[in-house]
Formats: sequence, C-alpha cells, structure tokens
Amino acid sequence: MIPAITIRDLHKTYANGFKALNGISLDVQQGDFFALLGANGAGKSTTIGIIATLVRKTAGSVEVFGQNVDTHVYETKLNLGVVPQEINFSLFEKVIDIVVTQGGYYGLPIKLAKERAEKYLRQLGLWEKHNQQARVLSGGMKRRLLIARALVHEPKLLILDEPTAGVDIELRRSTWEFLEAINKAGTTIILTTHYLEEAENLCRNIAMIDKGEIVVNTSMKQLLQTLNKELFVLDTYNHMTTAPILNDFSVKLVDENTLEVGLDKGQNLNEVFQLLSDKQISVKSMRNKSNRLEQLFVSLLHKPAEVVTTGAVQ
Amino acid sequence: MNTYGGRTRTMLNSYIFIAYQTIVIKEVRRFLRIWVQTLVPPVITIALYFVIFGNLIGSRIGRMGGYSYMEFIVPGLIMMAVINNAYANVVSSFFSQKFQKSIEELLVAPVPNYVILLGFVTGGVARGLCVGLIASVISLIFSGVHMYNIFITIIVVLLGSVVFSLGGFINAVYARNFDDISIIPTFVLTPLIYLGGVFYSVDTLPPLARSISQFNPIFYMVNAFRYGILGISDVSIELSMSLLTLLTVVMFTFSLRLLYTGKGLRN
Repeated sequence: MIPAITIRDLHKTYANGFKALNGISLDVQQGDFFALLGANGAGKSTTIGIIATLVRKTAGSVEVFGQNVDTHVYETKLNLGVVPQEINFSLFEKVIDIVVTQGGYYGLPIKLAKERAEKYLRQLGLWEKHNQQARVLSGGMKRRLLIARALVHEPKLLILDEPTAGVDIELRRSTWEFLEAINKAGTTIILTTHYLEEAENLCRNIAMIDKGEIVVNTSMKQLLQTLNKELFVLDTYNHMTTAPILNDFSVKLVDENTLEVGLDKGQNLNEVFQLLSDKQISVKSMRNKSNRLEQLFVSLLHKPAEVVTTGAVQ
Repeated sequence: MNTYGGRTRTMLNSYIFIAYQTIVIKEVRRFLRIWVQTLVPPVITIALYFVIFGNLIGSRIGRMGGYSYMEFIVPGLIMMAVINNAYANVVSSFFSQKFQKSIEELLVAPVPNYVILLGFVTGGVARGLCVGLIASVISLIFSGVHMYNIFITIIVVLLGSVVFSLGGFINAVYARNFDDISIIPTFVLTPLIYLGGVFYSVDTLPPLARSISQFNPIFYMVNAFRYGILGISDVSIELSMSLLTLLTVVMFTFSLRLLYTGKGLRN
C-alpha cells in the first residue's frame, strides 16, 4: 500500500541561517495514528508546514499518498487537512461561516459544505455556538473549531499540530475520542503534542525529532519496551521515618506515608509488594511517577543522536 | 484522461469557480458587516466635498470645461471614492488575514494563485463600486444627470478599481505591520489623487506642473471617467484607456508573481 506520507532527505534552512531540518526521512502508513514528537524548535512544525506547502523546503521530497507536493499540488492538498498550532481564523466571523467558507475553498457546493459543517460541529460539540462569532468561544472550543474546519472536505490525511494545547482535561479526552473514531473510520492521523500521555494513548507509531533530525522512528509498543526504569509512587497506611531496604530495589521516602520505588527492566513488582508485606507495610494505592513516554522522551532527547528505527521507516 | 484527485478537468473548473465565489462572498460579507467603517465615512466625505467645494466655493469659481464647477468635479470625486475604497478594501482585508494568519486557510487549500488574486480584487472592485454608486446618488442632489458614454464610463470605473485593488494587494503583501498599510494611502495615494485633476483642469496649471501631471496615473483615470460622464478630457481618451489597460496587466502579473514566490506569505 502506498504510504500516506513519504518524506525523503528533507532539509530546511531559514533565511536567517537557522537549520530547522537536517535531512529527515519518514514514512507514515495509511490508516496510522502517528506521533511526531520533539522539543520546541526541534522541527515538527517546519515539517508540517512543508507538507502543507506553507513552508518552502530547501531540499528533499515530500509525497502525500504517492503524489509529490511540488508537482501534484491540487491532488495532495485535496487529501490533506491541517489543524495548526495557532488559532488562525477570523475571530469576527461566525463559527458556521468559518467552516462553510473552508469547504468552499475545496470546491464544495454551499449545500454540501453546510451539511458537512453541521455534521462536524455537532460531533465536536460546537453546534450550539454555530451562529455566534468565533471570538466568544473558549480556548478549547476554538481548537475544536480548527479541527471541524480541517475536516470539512473529509481529507484522507489529517495533521494536528498540538490540537489540545491549553485545553481542559474533559475537552481533551472528548477530543481524543473523536480523533480515535475518525482514525478507525480510515483517516490517517499525524499528531504533534506536548502531552506525552496523549501520544502514548492514541498513537501506534512514533517519530521523535531533535535539532532537525529524526532520533527515534518506531512503533509505540517497541519504544516503550526500551524503557529501562520505571518509578512508582506507593501510598501506604504506615507511618515511616526512614525508607525501608528492599533488596535490589531503589526506595526513597517521599513523606511519612509515601514511598518512591524504582524498578529496573526485568524486576518484578510483585516482589516489591512481597518485601513490603514482610516488613508489615500495607500499600493503599500506587501510580506511575511519570508517564512512561515522558521518561523516554527526556532520556532520548538528551543524548547524542542515535537513531532508533524499525521496519521500513528510516 | 488527466484527473485531479479523481476530478476531471470540467469538474475541476467548477470547483475552482466555487472557490472564487467563496472568496468573493467572504470579502463582500466582510465590508458589509463593518459598513459603518467601510461605506459610511466615504459617503460623508463625498457629501462634504459637494457642499464645500461644489456649492459654497464652486459658485465663485465659475465654469470649467464648459460645465459648472460642481458638474466638473462630480466625476473626479466619484472616481476618487471608487479607487480609495477599492484600495482600502484589499489592503486591509489581505493584510489582516496575513497578520492573523487566517490566509493559511486559503494557502493550504487547492485554490490556484490566480483565483486567490481574482477573489480579492473582485472584493475590492465590489466595495469601490458600492461606494461609487452611493456617491453618484448623492451627486444627483447637487448636480444634474450626465452620461456622455456609458460604455467608457463602466470600463474606466472597472479598470480603475481593478488597478487600485491590485495596488492594495501589493501593499498588503509587502506590509509588515499596520503602519505599513497606511503609509502608501497617506503619502502616495492621497497626493496623487489631489494632483490628478479631480478639482481642476490641467489647462489651468503652469506648463511645468502640467507636464508633471502626465506622470500621474490617476490623472488619466479621472480624465477618462470625466470623458465618459461629461464628454470632456484634458488628455486623449485613447491614451488614457491604453495606459489603464497596460497598468492593469502589469500590476496583475506582478501581483501573481508575488503569490507564486510566496513573498511575505510562505517561509
């Protein structure tokens, strides 16, 4: 099957001499839910900008469903929906007009554009506001309006650049459900986000960019398996003054009721519970100290470039 | 058969027309939504010109080119309103969209550059014509009805508003902040309009000033429009029409080139 996106040796140097991309290559398969992660300024938005033709590349090639974005401008744009990082619609226009107008740019007759606008505004919980100016929407609603606008022409590939930044948890979760649903219905999704929990929950494959280079490109499952250490926070019923010694496990006393236990790869959590039980310590609750992907993200982006890849992707 | 994302050439043309129509509707809706800012001020300005220059001062000036002073300045004032508003519409709309990045809505969509340009220019022409029409109606209160050549009148008003819409577009592309979109109208456009023969015939000027006026494109527009309305002009109508057509072609080509290169729009 032709990949949804094929990027080869993509370079971008801005007019001020800043090298944003240093020869990245990437494949995103059709139907995938793909995470593109990296620190601020790593090159994510530049990559998205080049795919969307908003940024001109210095060298390399980009294909959308097998068609070059330079030579098949019309076809590639037709297949592409982009949700930008910044709110970029007129705040003085009505919500419905913003979506219908975008449909018009894609050649949708007014009747169809209105039907589609209603469909997506309803699905994203914005229909009640459809006749109001966009400026009255909350921050989360404005982000959802960007998604509705990007979907009005029903693209095969949807690129979301930090779609849930600054959105409260309830809206964020309902946005995740919506995105999962359209992905299941066949839309390929590329997501950049700073919420690594979001990427871990939604995405099947992942690439990490650092200083304009791909440092990781693999499946989420395989990446998480490379995690060497996990930290768990245990709330106990006991009052402790020092951290108990639990054989090879690293244990830290956070407060008189709380322990932080580190598990290396291969160590068993049951053993921790057994050792605590032997010491008459009862565990009330347990949680991961930080998101697993977050730990990997921090470790991978703070060491010299070492590309982790699997499969056809490079 | 060549297809465009599953669309035939005929279908594509119809989709492109819808895109054009969408830009025009959006532009017209914009200036109608803010009619207090876009339609009312030029109407008040024009009415004041008629009252002060035409009625109060004009009655002391006497006849010009065989017409009363009021009748003489009506075509120039209408043309001034048309070109000012055509320019203002495109420069403010395009720059605002560039500034708040909503122009990206258009740039990511499969809309050809010439359609984007035609859409904005049509919006500018629509506002120019709207204001021109209102100014014409107001002029009827102060002056009689004249129409020497309706064909030339329509062509000149259309070409004039197209040229100044394109001027507004070029200004918006190069502008980096809101100051940049007021510099050209204030320091270039206004002097050119006032020195372009709106209020006088160049025959009344000394020879040097008369020669300098020949380099002012607005001089040709005002005179061609006056010819269409009153049948009098300080310059040959053929020359005016040729220059207007040439200016339209040159500015359209230049504007299109700006869009293709992505100047000020794409990184």
